Amino acid sequence: MHAKKAAGFAPALADSRWVKGLLIASALAFLLLFLVLPLVSVFVEALRRGTDAYWAALVEPDAVAAIKLTLIVAAIAVPMNLVFGVAASWCIAKFDFRGKDLLITLIDLPFSVSPVISGLIYVLLFGLHGLMGPFLKSQGIQIIFAVPGLVLATVFVTFPFVARELIPLMQEQGNEEEEAALVLGASGWQTFWRVTLPNIKWGLLYGVLLCNARAMGEFGAVSVVSGHIRGETNTMPLHVEILYNEYNLVAAFAVASVLAMLALVTLVVKTVLEWRFGAELAATRH
Amino acid sequence: MVAATTSDTVLPSPGGTVLSVLRKPSVLPGFGLTLGFTLAYLGLIVLLPLAALALKAAGLGWSGFWNAVLTPRVLAAFQVSFGLSLAAAAVNAVFGFIVAWVLVRYRFPGDRIVDALVDLPFALPTAVAGIALSALYAPNGWIGSLLMDWFGMKVAFTPLGIAIALTFIGLPFVVRTVQPILQDLPPEEEEAAAALGATRWQTFRRIVFPALLPALLTGFALAFARGVGEYGSVIFIAGNIPGLSEIIPLLIVIKLEQYDYAGAAAVGMLMLMASFVLLLALNLLQAWMRSRHAR
Repeated sequence: MHAKKAAGFAPALADSRWVKGLLIASALAFLLLFLVLPLVSVFVEALRRGTDAYWAALVEPDAVAAIKLTLIVAAIAVPMNLVFGVAASWCIAKFDFRGKDLLITLIDLPFSVSPVISGLIYVLLFGLHGLMGPFLKSQGIQIIFAVPGLVLATVFVTFPFVARELIPLMQEQGNEEEEAALVLGASGWQTFWRVTLPNIKWGLLYGVLLCNARAMGEFGAVSVVSGHIRGETNTMPLHVEILYNEYNLVAAFAVASVLAMLALVTLVVKTVLEWRFGAELAATRH
Repeated sequence: MVAATTSDTVLPSPGGTVLSVLRKPSVLPGFGLTLGFTLAYLGLIVLLPLAALALKAAGLGWSGFWNAVLTPRVLAAFQVSFGLSLAAAAVNAVFGFIVAWVLVRYRFPGDRIVDALVDLPFALPTAVAGIALSALYAPNGWIGSLLMDWFGMKVAFTPLGIAIALTFIGLPFVVRTVQPILQDLPPEEEEAAAALGATRWQTFRRIVFPALLPALLTGFALAFARGVGEYGSVIFIAGNIPGLSEIIPLLIVIKLEQYDYAGAAAVGMLMLMASFVLLLALNLLQAWMRSRHAR
């Protein structure tokens, strides 16, 4: 994508040198102020009292419990949305049926809902005073202020990620290869595992990557359903909030720096995928 | 339809004969299974809980709903959320456009790293962004102390701080909607304009900018919509003073913590309706964008 620019423009079509310099300078200044400084400050604040204090904040029991819980929630929520994303894109991309556009809109819906509302709807449904609250209480099942609620809220906010990567990709690839496999005698499952999956694997990985980053970093939705019980229902972002509100800044930024590193790793892998498989993923860039 | 029934009798597709009315014929299997799973999952995870919100809000009755929503505190929160999201989206429209322009049209050292970095607000957990921004812009922070010394300006814990957080959150939307359109812009029109004697500025104003306007507005609307619902990155830097720097999502959380479920549902429902109106506007914008570039 970079080869195309500038090269094709004759001097009369190019911006003058000072316009170019001014625009690059203002773009970089803006990004430095709004992206780079916040990112750098996370690590500077985390290491303010040295590496010992930094490490201590990460290995204390509540932090370890928060890290574990974050991993557990993501390990349940991401595969659920992975299976859903593959199933949804199979029926949407491979078949023509009435109401398809509506279905796609509904799948994207969670992206336009505030994270707080994503949590609120489960509290209204499963909370003690919610619609199903009395029934759940009589059965001894707790969803809100417990792990199932965290998982549900996380599944909701990460709902469209895999599907919206795969739908345009599978639509672009068409049905010919699958039809050929079926004609040659492969079963439906064989066709999916041997033909479809290898074709969509990078798009799938891309979707899972973004889904996972959001699942581990989600704050608003899980904050509403969590109840903030230390060591029990606190995920890493919630643990950061508690530490910050207790003015334990070094610990808050230490835990935050782990999340920031997760974000950086996500960005690096995402960028590598875009560089190497740009053509395959091109359809997925909105 | 004859073809559909024959293919369904050949292939083992659950409920095939019923579904053949819905879809066009295909030899691929698994339609019933995957559509059934998709609808069930969508219904249970998304639609049923959203219906619970509507039901709870409807339980208040017409006048009860408006009584819960039309209070000074709620209206002020709507004003703060919508007004500041609009301001942040406007800042992003200007600088996001410049960033997209610079990334597509110019080469400079590190341009690919800058390109990758633009997505940071998507990847960085909002709580991390929130505490980082509030530490930066606090009166003793790196930027906050400078602004305090030079201009006597307080940013963190004021509405201005909210606008800063919303600008951070909305930044990628404008860049990522304008960038691909700018990339695919055919150079012929610009060449023709220049050949006919237009200055560079005239070419930009009359040829390039009108072609990018639908994308720019779409990015603006996406950033705005995201800002209205944003919670994590805002609450740390906002100060959260009712009526002044309290956003709607925070007000919903406060109502929940006070066990005012009906009040929270009413405010949430109003916000959800606002999001749907935005979503509709966005779909119209995107249809306009597609029709412009289909020429």
